Amino acid sequence: MYTETQIVHNNTKTTVDGALDGTGEMVINVGPQHPATHGVLHLVITLNGETIKKLEPHLGYIHRSIEKMCESLSYRQFIYVTSRMDYLSSHINNHACALTVEKGLQLEIPPRAQVIRVLMDELTRIASHELWWGAMAMDLGAFTPFFYAFRERETITDIMEETCGARLTMNYMVPGGVMYDIHPNFQRRVKDFITLFKSKIDEYNDLVTGNIIFQNRMKGVGKLSAEDAISFGCTGPVARGSGVKSDIRKLFPYEVYDKVEFDEILETEGDSFARYMVRIREMHQSVRIIEQLIDNIPEGDFQAKTKAVLKLPKGEFYTRVETARGELGVYIVSEGGTTPYRIKFRSPGFSNLSALEHMVVGSKLGDLMATMGTLDLVIPDIDR
Amino acid sequence: MPTLTNRAKPVDRRPMTMMEKMYLPAIAKGMGITLKHFFTKKVTVQYPEEKRPFSPVFRGLHILNRDEEGRENCTACGLCAVACPAEAITMEAAERKEGEEHLYREEKYAAKYEINMLRCIFCGLCEEACPKDAIYLSETFAPSNYKRETFIYGKSDLLIPDPKKEPELYQQALGSRAKREGKKG
Ligand code: SF4
Ligand code: SF4
Repeated sequence: MYTETQIVHNNTKTTVDGALDGTGEMVINVGPQHPATHGVLHLVITLNGETIKKLEPHLGYIHRSIEKMCESLSYRQFIYVTSRMDYLSSHINNHACALTVEKGLQLEIPPRAQVIRVLMDELTRIASHELWWGAMAMDLGAFTPFFYAFRERETITDIMEETCGARLTMNYMVPGGVMYDIHPNFQRRVKDFITLFKSKIDEYNDLVTGNIIFQNRMKGVGKLSAEDAISFGCTGPVARGSGVKSDIRKLFPYEVYDKVEFDEILETEGDSFARYMVRIREMHQSVRIIEQLIDNIPEGDFQAKTKAVLKLPKGEFYTRVETARGELGVYIVSEGGTTPYRIKFRSPGFSNLSALEHMVVGSKLGDLMATMGTLDLVIPDIDR
Repeated sequence: MPTLTNRAKPVDRRPMTMMEKMYLPAIAKGMGITLKHFFTKKVTVQYPEEKRPFSPVFRGLHILNRDEEGRENCTACGLCAVACPAEAITMEAAERKEGEEHLYREEKYAAKYEINMLRCIFCGLCEEACPKDAIYLSETFAPSNYKRETFIYGKSDLLIPDPKKEPELYQQALGSRAKREGKKG
């Protein structure tokens, strides 16, 4: 038995079951422990019957003050902590940080390291999208896709483990290049994976994308117009699902992205299904990039020569990269010392989440899962 | 709408025949698929019995290394502790005394060396920083215990077995790291 408590919400008193006095509305909490929020996201939702009237994300349950922590770490060390932000694309986080440090040091990266980095980024993107696909289908009640997705993702984590030494938090990018050279098996295994994966995407489409129940639940749900996507600062597949060109790999190419051929995927409907299709089609593009690069890894060093202690000149440095979720910006203010004076991460999840209320107000509670799933939120990335 | 895959099948809407109404062929077909999967290659690994090989760069729990004569390599210079982003390493240095040459390779050694495995993020920077080839990230992973304090590993947990006294255990602890030639010496 719980005791009588009163929560003040909207200056209206609620009783213990969350009903708002005299309005017929009711407040419920989704999360912080809820299977569909994929982490400790807390949504306070005001409902009228089944209809969502108001939605308020409460953040901070997994705030580890990574930005502050980075201020006391050297330019070599802080990169490793950022693996723990968006742990599903930790390679790309590391990459962004390494790029910022290199920008400050005006360091030339050997071509071999550049290609390896891009290959790793794209593998990470596929792994991340696959996990999203499985989890998203599970949110909607389909269980098998989760196992399918993990089956293929496992191959990627194996490849990562072999070359980088860890499966999830790889810590492979260092200022100046990558930590070790690639494993002798790397190219063969990636090629095997690509062959396997191409047939698997068809299977994914058979299993989920073409399913009429799935389409009915996704189409026309969680609409986000292009203007709103821009004003909420959405990036990545969320913005591209609304037809906003936002692929950093195209707009501000880094490493070898300007030398490889791939398309920026755009869908115009702006509903959950559009965002879903953007990610599915993006996996094809990642495969395309990998296919172009895997046989053309240049010979040479995998790491540029750097000093043992890195010192960035006084000034401000900003770089952006495209993670699996959108634009990740790293902003470093340096006072000329060995540690950053201030560091700020612009994480894609935070801005994408801010659009959630706009997308779901007025729709049914069940549609919340179909919408939130397509935002691909990673909570440690939002809270940091 | 264009089809998403080339495997779309038009659905037959004719009324079902007697045979089909019994659903037996359909069940048999479904069971056939299930049976087929009994004979395909398994994607899972039966973990504790079966283990996957590790790559030479795998970053697991730490090992404090000894040289071929079984002397400790570490000279308590503290470079690993400085390099560690998680501040997981602490140590106390001591001077080597007369008659301890067979125990410690250098004149200074770590009397106390502790790694807090709960803080460690297994980044491998300590290994990079060490000038004496004294610390390695090994292949052991997923330690378990009943108390938190036990995750602060002291020298007794970290030191590799003596290669002269227990050569087999030494090789086992070294793992595929032993194959990683020319890293640094
Ligand atoms: S392990 Fe290596 S870096 Fe650390 S104190 Fe010993 S010798 Fe120095
Ligand atoms: S692996 Fe990294 S976090 Fe762990 S003790 Fe070594 S330097 Fe510290």
